[in-house]
Amino acid sequence: MAEPAVKPAADEIILSVNNIEVVYDDVILVLRGVSLDVPKGRIVTLLGPNGAGKSTTLKAISGLLGTEDGEVTRGNITFMGEEIANRAPEEIVRRGIFQVMEGRRIIEDMTVTENLRLGAFTRKDGAAAIRNDIEMVFDYFPRLRERVGLAGYLSGGEQQMLAIGRAMMARPKMILLDEPSMGLSPLLVKEVFAIIEKLCRDTGVTILLVEQNARMALKIAEFGYIMESGKIVLDGAKDDLVNNEDVKEFYLGGDKERKSFKNLKSYKRRKRWL
Amino acid sequence: MTSSLLLQLIINGLIVGTLYGVVAMCFVLIYKSTQVVNFAQGEFLLIGAWTCWWLVTSMELPFWFAFPMTFVFMMVFGIVLQMVVLRPLIGEPVISVIMVTIGLSIFFQAVIKSIFGVWAQPFPEIFPVKSVDVFGLAVQPAYLMSLVVSLVIMVAFAWFFKYSRMGLAMRATAFNQQVAQSLGISVKNVFAMAWAISAMVSALAGVVVGMVNGVSSALSFFGIKVFPAVIVGGLDSIVGAIIGGLIIGLLENLAEYADGQFLHLGNLYTVAPFYVLVIILMIKPYGLFGTKTIERV
Ligand SMILES: Nc1ncnc2c1ncn2[C@@H]1O[C@H](COP(=O)(O)OP(=O)(O)OP(=O)(O)O)[C@@H](O)[C@H]1O
Ligand SMILES: [Mg+2]
Repeated sequence: MAEPAVKPAADEIILSVNNIEVVYDDVILVLRGVSLDVPKGRIVTLLGPNGAGKSTTLKAISGLLGTEDGEVTRGNITFMGEEIANRAPEEIVRRGIFQVMEGRRIIEDMTVTENLRLGAFTRKDGAAAIRNDIEMVFDYFPRLRERVGLAGYLSGGEQQMLAIGRAMMARPKMILLDEPSMGLSPLLVKEVFAIIEKLCRDTGVTILLVEQNARMALKIAEFGYIMESGKIVLDGAKDDLVNNEDVKEFYLGGDKERKSFKNLKSYKRRKRWL
Repeated sequence: MTSSLLLQLIINGLIVGTLYGVVAMCFVLIYKSTQVVNFAQGEFLLIGAWTCWWLVTSMELPFWFAFPMTFVFMMVFGIVLQMVVLRPLIGEPVISVIMVTIGLSIFFQAVIKSIFGVWAQPFPEIFPVKSVDVFGLAVQPAYLMSLVVSLVIMVAFAWFFKYSRMGLAMRATAFNQQVAQSLGISVKNVFAMAWAISAMVSALAGVVVGMVNGVSSALSFFGIKVFPAVIVGGLDSIVGAIIGGLIIGLLENLAEYADGQFLHLGNLYTVAPFYVLVIILMIKPYGLFGTKTIERV
């Protein structure tokens, strides 16, 4: 009586971005109709070359766009069924979305612990719970435990770990990670990605991972979107993407010269998560 | 005789210096967290002192009740000022904002003069004794209170920025507003809070100085003295502000001593801090404790 595997129901999509357009400074059109769905408790990756609009997409979700004079001018973004486009970032953090910005952005003139405590800024459940969670972060990233000085003196890898740890401190429902592999050695990238995967497995937090390192990202993500020049040009489950000839050539191929999808052929979006 | 005069002046310098330090701290607090150079800092002292004076004399409230009420009033005043005047200016060029704070300073001076007149008014006697004896030196009780209050404020600041949730949020905002927002901090609230704390604490200094010298527009000149203190310490360092305040307080009094004993120039007391300011800026353009950003190598 084996029924076909039940596809994730619509209500399992925790974040849904529908056909958004983003404009900076009232004139610079950067996203031109981006749609993506992120199912609850999974890792989804958003790949693409420099300047594609990946960070802009994350900032549109987290509301940080407003701090850069950007605005969602069309389409909508729903998180757990509620519209969140163009809301204030602090409101979106309270709703449970936490963005780890590109380039780590830890607070350099504070200690590791102060940075972690700030991650818990929006929480109301008391000092003891926060202390507990700091310990939990140290269990995930044991090498942070010994760092007692200012966070500005941490190595790049440690700063990235601190940035992720700080996100965990907010106990978010969803984490937006912007290029966590940036500037890290291959070994460290492995270590950080393993922790991201473990984090998702252990806590059930949903992760939207922006990466240029497609190979690593597709190792831990279940589903991926590929973006170029402000549009999603391809999407699919991890295996489909890994086996796709064009993805292989342009994103996974060693150091072959990178061309653009668009010059090759125009993709129609074949399917979404559902 | 002259050495005990010197000692007396040094003590005075330290006491007034801590007060300068406290006001300088308030100035730095606003500058650091909101990037506004507040030229109306001196008027906070003025408004605070007149409010307290009015509560004590016209409303005939006991000082120990009027004092905290002044605080509450100044807190609200700071928040309203930030929300109504400064919030709309966020993102405007620095020079525009400076012009606005200078305008505020002139405006407050004028309003205060029209309400309370131009003459200095003495504070009613708060303390039962004229002076207390500290290690053989006569110290006015108001000065003693000023010292205690200043030290309490400094410890409170240290605690607030090191351990409290809002204090950390203010430091995060000072470091980078976008990062602060990504953590769920409302930058608007932080700004309002910075102005509230600054107005409140400056008012306290105003009341204390007013108790010693009488309440008058001269109080805002006290605020101007804070600029050398702040700049000596480095515009964005709270510790620097305190040390800058102490340096200026001591300098003034030493200058007075030198002037009275040997030089007889007349007003070295007032100008000495500004000479020192120029010299220090020539040697260390960012002040003694100005920003050093961390650079990893
Ligand atoms: N604040 C801004 N104001 C104006 N234009 C911007 C702003 N931020 C980004 N852009 C432009 O938007 C486009 C997309 O930028 P975005 O940072 O989203 O790309 P990205 O995919 O994250 O690239 P990268 O991989 O290099 O981080 C770029 O052309 C960029 O110049
Ligand atoms: Mg980017």
